[in-house]
Amino acid sequence: MKLHGRKIYQGRAQGEALVTSMGISFFGGVDPDTGVIVETGHELEGQSISGKVLVFPTGKGSTVGSYTLYRLKRNGLAPAAIVNAQCETITAVGCIIAEIPCVDQIPIDQLTTGMSVRVDGEAGTIDLN
Amino acid sequence: MKLTTEEQKMLDGEYGRATQKALEILVALGTIYGAERMVPVSSVQIAGVSYDNLGEAGLHFLSEMADGGGKTRVFTTLNPAGMDIENWQALGISAEFAQNQMRVIDAFARMNVVTTCSCTPYLIGNSPHFGQHIAWAESSAVCYANSVIGARSNREGGPSALAAALTGVTPEYGFHLEENRRPGVTLEVETTLKDTSDFGALGVVIGKKLEYFKHKPIAYIRGVEQASVENLKSFCASVATYGGAALFHMRGVTPEADRLTPPLEHITITQSELDAAKAELTSAESEEVDFVSLGCPHLTLNEIARIAELLKGHQVTKEFWITTARPTKQMADMMGYTRTIEEAGAKFAADTCCVVAPIRGRFKVLVTDSAKACYYAAGKNKFKTIIKPFDEVVREALK
Repeated sequence: MKLHGRKIYQGRAQGEALVTSMGISFFGGVDPDTGVIVETGHELEGQSISGKVLVFPTGKGSTVGSYTLYRLKRNGLAPAAIVNAQCETITAVGCIIAEIPCVDQIPIDQLTTGMSVRVDGEAGTIDLN
Repeated sequence: MKLTTEEQKMLDGEYGRATQKALEILVALGTIYGAERMVPVSSVQIAGVSYDNLGEAGLHFLSEMADGGGKTRVFTTLNPAGMDIENWQALGISAEFAQNQMRVIDAFARMNVVTTCSCTPYLIGNSPHFGQHIAWAESSAVCYANSVIGARSNREGGPSALAAALTGVTPEYGFHLEENRRPGVTLEVETTLKDTSDFGALGVVIGKKLEYFKHKPIAYIRGVEQASVENLKSFCASVATYGGAALFHMRGVTPEADRLTPPLEHITITQSELDAAKAELTSAESEEVDFVSLGCPHLTLNEIARIAELLKGHQVTKEFWITTARPTKQMADMMGYTRTIEEAGAKFAADTCCVVAPIRGRFKVLVTDSAKACYYAAGKNKFKTIIKPFDEVVREALK
């Protein structure tokens, strides 16, 4: 099945989906040296986002979070791609500077953790297998 | 988005990798927020300068942009750094941190950014006028520029402000558009505000009320008789910190207020709420104070003159930081205030502040007149806090 959304940042990637219905704050919420979500009480607390197609509704928190995505990429720990319901500034800027494919305006309730997902950033589409 | 020929050239990489990356950022933001085009900006203020917040990754990104040929196209100033660039040793900053901080400043300098590190650019020559489009980061300065000056800025982050600096444009959405600057709620202030700490407390009360709304409205404030530059900068810092506000209107004080109609929905603010806000920011006893700081946001020359007057002929008994912009400090040098203050044992910390300096855990209890400083002292630096009026803060340092 193919879902059509909107391009935020180009690039293609394939990976296992890691899905949450909660927002993500990259600054303070994700450890840039391990790729693990550390926000207390988060649905994904303790899980690694590295290499995953990370699916969440929208970003939140400090604008410094864009640099956290960049730092994850430099450490080889970035997600393979990001899929949002509605992308905001922090995640968008982070994906652009870290060069992580990103698509939004996707009905993310159709995705579940563990699915294999192919993201086409340029076309703004995702394929579910 | 509709781009001009020049903007398209930037996006196609004709001006190098850094300018291209900058325009990519702006196009993505414009797309997300439904902007139809870019608008030229007259000035930029960049945040994300302290190495304490940026880390090695942030520094690497900035270096890459400088290496990629990035040069500012408009007048651009910087937010506070993690240290006083000349006097860091006296403030107990490590040599390693100082070296990294200088690498950050150097990357900005290579892009022709004016490296006055201050959160009050409007006091030191980055002075937009009414109606001008600007792209500023630093929440307190954005709030001041939008509300007090009537310039037009969204709340930029570090990278998006840098992107505006390297291209001279910003996507036209949010507070750049007239229709998004209208107030949504009226706040009646039924008490008299005396000093910067009162205005800071008002920012806490209003900020928290705005947070309750599903779609955060712009505040239309009535009942504030008059407000100095110092009062307004304190209020802006506080309402931006506690309520994420980038714009407010204040009857009789800010320039857009008189041509707008106060919204019917209204909320009253009383003295007891102000008192409660101050009580919440006070988590220790006066005897426990080991750190005194004034200058959040950075002090005006007038405030420095008052500190000199109060300290003249006395000796401080506690670590006392006076944080301000370097050009303001240079005026204080010229007027002899610096000498009086330093003879009393207090320290100037120009270019920096107690929010962004690497001082986590170094002190136990901070006394200040700033509600914003209390927020970051408690959250980021793990200090207890006491908020007091300006003059009383100076007297705490002498006890």
